[in-house]
Amino acid sequence: MPDAGTLCVGTLALGVSRAYRFNLNGSRLEAGERQLAIEDIRLAFGGVQALRGVTDEVRQGEIHAIIGPNGAGKTSLLNCISGLYRPQQGSIRFFDGDRDHELTKAAPSSTARWGIARTFQNIELFQHMTVLENLMLGRHVHMHHRLWRSLLFVGPAREQEIGQRELVEEVIDFLEIQAVRSKPVGSLAYGFQKRVELGRALAMQPALLLLDEPMAGMNAEEKEDMARYILDVNQLAGITVILIEHDMGVVMDISDSVSVLDFGELVASGSPDEVSQHPKVIEAYLGEAAAR
Amino acid sequence: MATATGIYHTNYRQDLALRQTRADWVRLALLVLFVVVAPFVASPYWLTILNLVGIAAIGAIGLNILTGFTGLISLGQGAFLAVGAYTSGILVARLHWPTPLAIVAAVLLTGVVGAVIGLPAVRLKGLYLAIATLAAQVMIIYLVRTWDVVTGGVDSLVVPRPEVFGTTIRSDFIWYWVILAFVVVATLAALNLFRTGLGRAFVAIRDQDIAADVIGVTVWKYKLWSFAISSGFVGLAGALLAHYRSIVTWERFTIDVSITYLAMIIVGGLGSVAGSIYGAAFMTVLPALIQRAGQAIRDVLPGLSQQLPAVQLGVFGLVIILFLIFEPRGLARIWERIRDYFRLWPFRY
Ligand SMILES: Nc1ncnc2c1ncn2[C@@H]1O[C@H](COP(=O)(O)OP(=O)(O)OP(=O)(O)O)[C@@H](O)[C@H]1O
Ligand SMILES: [Mg+2]
Repeated sequence: MPDAGTLCVGTLALGVSRAYRFNLNGSRLEAGERQLAIEDIRLAFGGVQALRGVTDEVRQGEIHAIIGPNGAGKTSLLNCISGLYRPQQGSIRFFDGDRDHELTKAAPSSTARWGIARTFQNIELFQHMTVLENLMLGRHVHMHHRLWRSLLFVGPAREQEIGQRELVEEVIDFLEIQAVRSKPVGSLAYGFQKRVELGRALAMQPALLLLDEPMAGMNAEEKEDMARYILDVNQLAGITVILIEHDMGVVMDISDSVSVLDFGELVASGSPDEVSQHPKVIEAYLGEAAAR
Repeated sequence: MATATGIYHTNYRQDLALRQTRADWVRLALLVLFVVVAPFVASPYWLTILNLVGIAAIGAIGLNILTGFTGLISLGQGAFLAVGAYTSGILVARLHWPTPLAIVAAVLLTGVVGAVIGLPAVRLKGLYLAIATLAAQVMIIYLVRTWDVVTGGVDSLVVPRPEVFGTTIRSDFIWYWVILAFVVVATLAALNLFRTGLGRAFVAIRDQDIAADVIGVTVWKYKLWSFAISSGFVGLAGALLAHYRSIVTWERFTIDVSITYLAMIIVGGLGSVAGSIYGAAFMTVLPALIQRAGQAIRDVLPGLSQQLPAVQLGVFGLVIILFLIFEPRGLARIWERIRDYFRLWPFRY
């Protein structure tokens, strides 16, 4: 909700004073507090063991990267956090100040209400709706939906639409997608769609943002832009980010901590430097890059 | 503000308005003119057709909310119309309720029945849902035909002419204005629905149900809401039909009717409120025209006029196939293109 008390000054890095009225961070934790505790998660699809007892931890305010080769279970782990997959064993606890939530038994719509937002490896936008409508849908959990008010429109329903629109416009400004605001998403270039999907997640004012390969398939320039947005989201708004990314350069540059998955197991975790020194990582992941 | 390069707004309120440009207002004025003049110039035959178009439009808007906007296919439209028609008809004919109250009750009850019939949609999609709604269609019509103490069974239920403020509504001319008022209210309600978060959630489910869930839309709940709201509109159409025709028979609500309504929204444009009205007009006027043409050629080509029902079916099928192939977004899209052509005219680029 709009909160005049928490002014967030954006684009400090550029030295431009653009004051944002809305705080996009939905978390009530202090930076550094434990936000997510993943414990011994096991997930199997028939005979395929996607996750074999993964334990990990994410702290408020960090960019936490998850890396690993194809099929390692990265997306599966994200799906367990957002409630799309139900692991057979283990727990994922999500802390939010006074309340905490168990995510392994929750529906995606509940995790969304608790402040978990995400993007998908293969863009999952509402293709026939405009950019604006997609972002307004990001506000869904912050809105009241009353049948009679909707049918009548004039009055509270319109006020609500206008009120929510203000925050959404701020997200549009932030991601620099003003020009395509009223275009159907399906007609946009791939890079723009990736940005809109990030926008929809941001419009939720998330406490925890899950990004599944946000830079996949982009050229160097687009990657750089996207990295900038992710850093801004994290540093200016203070939102915790869990990032799956194959580009090791980006991962080493922007993340605060890294976890490495291989064949459904957590083989290493720590700071980017520590992880890149880890023999198992060099063998399992960086080996191929080093060999080149 | 509208210019040749686009439409620009200075505040969000304007952006949310249904009519945004002067051309929009001109078109609205022309439409109002047509609607006001039509009943004075139309022959009794065409006045009846216009009234049936209005009722069908309300029903088509209802079906479009469910199928076009939420992506849930329903073959139960005929049954929902029946629930509305029988509810309102029985309340007036047997329990002597005032007609307006009976119509309200019909809308609410059809909404509830719709939500119950929609329960399989929590789990089923596509063809499976079509079959589930088909089952509901068959069961409801079976119930209507066998529960004769209440519905009159296979005999028709006669509904007394409605009386409002001491005068009986009898003429097609007065009915025209009554139906028009309902069409206007239903159209505005549907347009409003889809410029608020509730309607957007329906469209989100249609476009990408997993993403809808992940942004916090409780998908099953909204699917049931869509069934309920859609059925409310359809129930209204059914109730109006009962009172307008003063007679309710199960034969008007068979599976053919369900399919005709699906054809209306496909021809008119899935996911378009205006398209629902175009489609209702098209599918109501076309058979009337074919019938008229048949009468005209009866003396010239007696053989062909006997084949008229078959010709009619053939033309229907052909029209729908042509729309599916050439303009899946229906008449609404064709109209948009004409409109855009003129907005930029004479500067086209
Ligand atoms: N819904 C599913 N049904 C069956 N198997 C699945 C399903 N989802 C994931 N898997 C399997 O689980 C394993 C891990 O898949 P996952 O998508 O999590 O890998 P990933 O690390 O995200 O890989 P990538 O880098 O290719 O995206 C794979 O063997 C995959 O085939
Ligand atoms: Mg993946």
